[in-house]
Amino acid sequence: MQRIGHAYFGQSVLDRIDLDVERGEIVALVGPSGSGKSTLIKIAAGLIEAREGRITRSYAHQAMIFQQPNLMPWATARENIAFPLRRAGVKWRDRSQRIDEAAALAELEPADLAKYPVELSGGMRQRVAIARALAVQPDFVFFDEPFTALDVALKRRMQDLVIDAAREAHFAALFITHDLMEAIRIAHRIAVLDVRGKGVAGIRYLPDAPGKRDENEIFSLRQTYLQEDPLFRHIHDVDERRHP
Amino acid sequence: MKPGAALLDRAGRLLDFLWSGWAGLAALALLAAAWQAGHEAWGAFILPDPLETVKAAIRLMGEAESRGLLMLTAQRSLAGFVLAASAGVALGLTAGYAPAVMRLARPLLTVLLGVPPIAWIVLTMMWFGTTGTTVAVTILIAAVPVVFVAAAEGIAKRDRELGQMAEAFGYGLAGRFLFIDLRQAAQPIFPALALALGTSFKVAIMAEMLANAGGVGSALARARSLLDVPQALAWVVLTVIALIIVEYGLVRPMEGELERWRRAAQPWGVKK
Repeated sequence: MQRIGHAYFGQSVLDRIDLDVERGEIVALVGPSGSGKSTLIKIAAGLIEAREGRITRSYAHQAMIFQQPNLMPWATARENIAFPLRRAGVKWRDRSQRIDEAAALAELEPADLAKYPVELSGGMRQRVAIARALAVQPDFVFFDEPFTALDVALKRRMQDLVIDAAREAHFAALFITHDLMEAIRIAHRIAVLDVRGKGVAGIRYLPDAPGKRDENEIFSLRQTYLQEDPLFRHIHDVDERRHP
Repeated sequence: MKPGAALLDRAGRLLDFLWSGWAGLAALALLAAAWQAGHEAWGAFILPDPLETVKAAIRLMGEAESRGLLMLTAQRSLAGFVLAASAGVALGLTAGYAPAVMRLARPLLTVLLGVPPIAWIVLTMMWFGTTGTTVAVTILIAAVPVVFVAAAEGIAKRDRELGQMAEAFGYGLAGRFLFIDLRQAAQPIFPALALALGTSFKVAIMAEMLANAGGVGSALARARSLLDVPQALAWVVLTVIALIIVEYGLVRPMEGELERWRRAAQPWGVKK
């Protein structure tokens, strides 16, 4: 992304954003509420057209996991996972295998695949959303605060699932979150968005690969960032007036 | 799902659908009981008993001429219904996407709905004479607003996040419309179609009666002039049966197929 800028109703929400994601790299984008993180990922995924700047995409297949699972209520888990395959041009006879593989990566049981979203718990629905994204065998995945609505234990299991899936499927990802622990656990690199969306305030490279860091290391990194690093000073600010 | 399992699943749902008919039969039995009570209170001239009416209906069905009249009305109603449903859905979907069209259409709908069907019949009779066109056009005018509003609301109130999801996976406008939006709009459209179908039958008979255009409407007019209450009621019963056959043979199965997932939300879920 080069010099991305965007405005709603004449009010600038993003300005001069430059960010690159390398092949196979997971970049976590953190920033306080109202800094324009969600708008930025939607621009990056092509859901919103930026008013300024340029996006160069050098991947073949993209996928996205949203804050809500966004499953089609009228379709079973299997049909939901199959949904992007038609567009991705996967042949009919190969689809079933793709679905089964993606479901296995997301740790879904075969019995779950016949169920409708309404029959699944929140965590299971998000697993289906993850499987749907993995089914297209993406080389780039956009994560828009995907685990915010989940409880702590479930969130950790989902994070591990993403780390394992990224390692096995070798995709690059842009992961939006306001949870610094999550960013440290999942990413290779953390980019912090400016409080007012005026550019990327700074970038921190994390030691080791995701999945190799133990809990103590993650926690101490978080403490160091929050207490000693001025870059992270404002990431927990909340401005309800901008985002009710 | 494997073909065998899919076939079993379909057979199961068909049986389930037929089994749910008991509740409908119970309701009809209640109606018949109330009817019988009315007959006993007011006498056979005002309200013939249900059994006699059914006998009259069976007798009518035995005559080729009566069957022809019923078929004519059913054909006209269905033709009007298909016209109204197509026009209503097409216009409604357009209005759902374009708020400006919706704003323009709202007052027109109020006008259309405010004019009683009987007034339209008089006008269409003068425009088209006493033909099937009169009936079809009257049905079109009377049934379009219901379908239009449902389709427009279905699109306007769709879950936009699902559209974004589809877009994120590369679906364009046509793909989102076909696989996401249309599917969501179907939910309010089907009850509206059932309502429009009922309206079609009612308006068809009314138009036939006034325009003397044959069909059940004319037969009812004849029964009225002869003060033949059993005959009139028999025609009503036959019309209702025809309506039920069309609704439960066509509209409801289509709705059931599309809304299968809703049963999963019920406490007893989908039997697998």
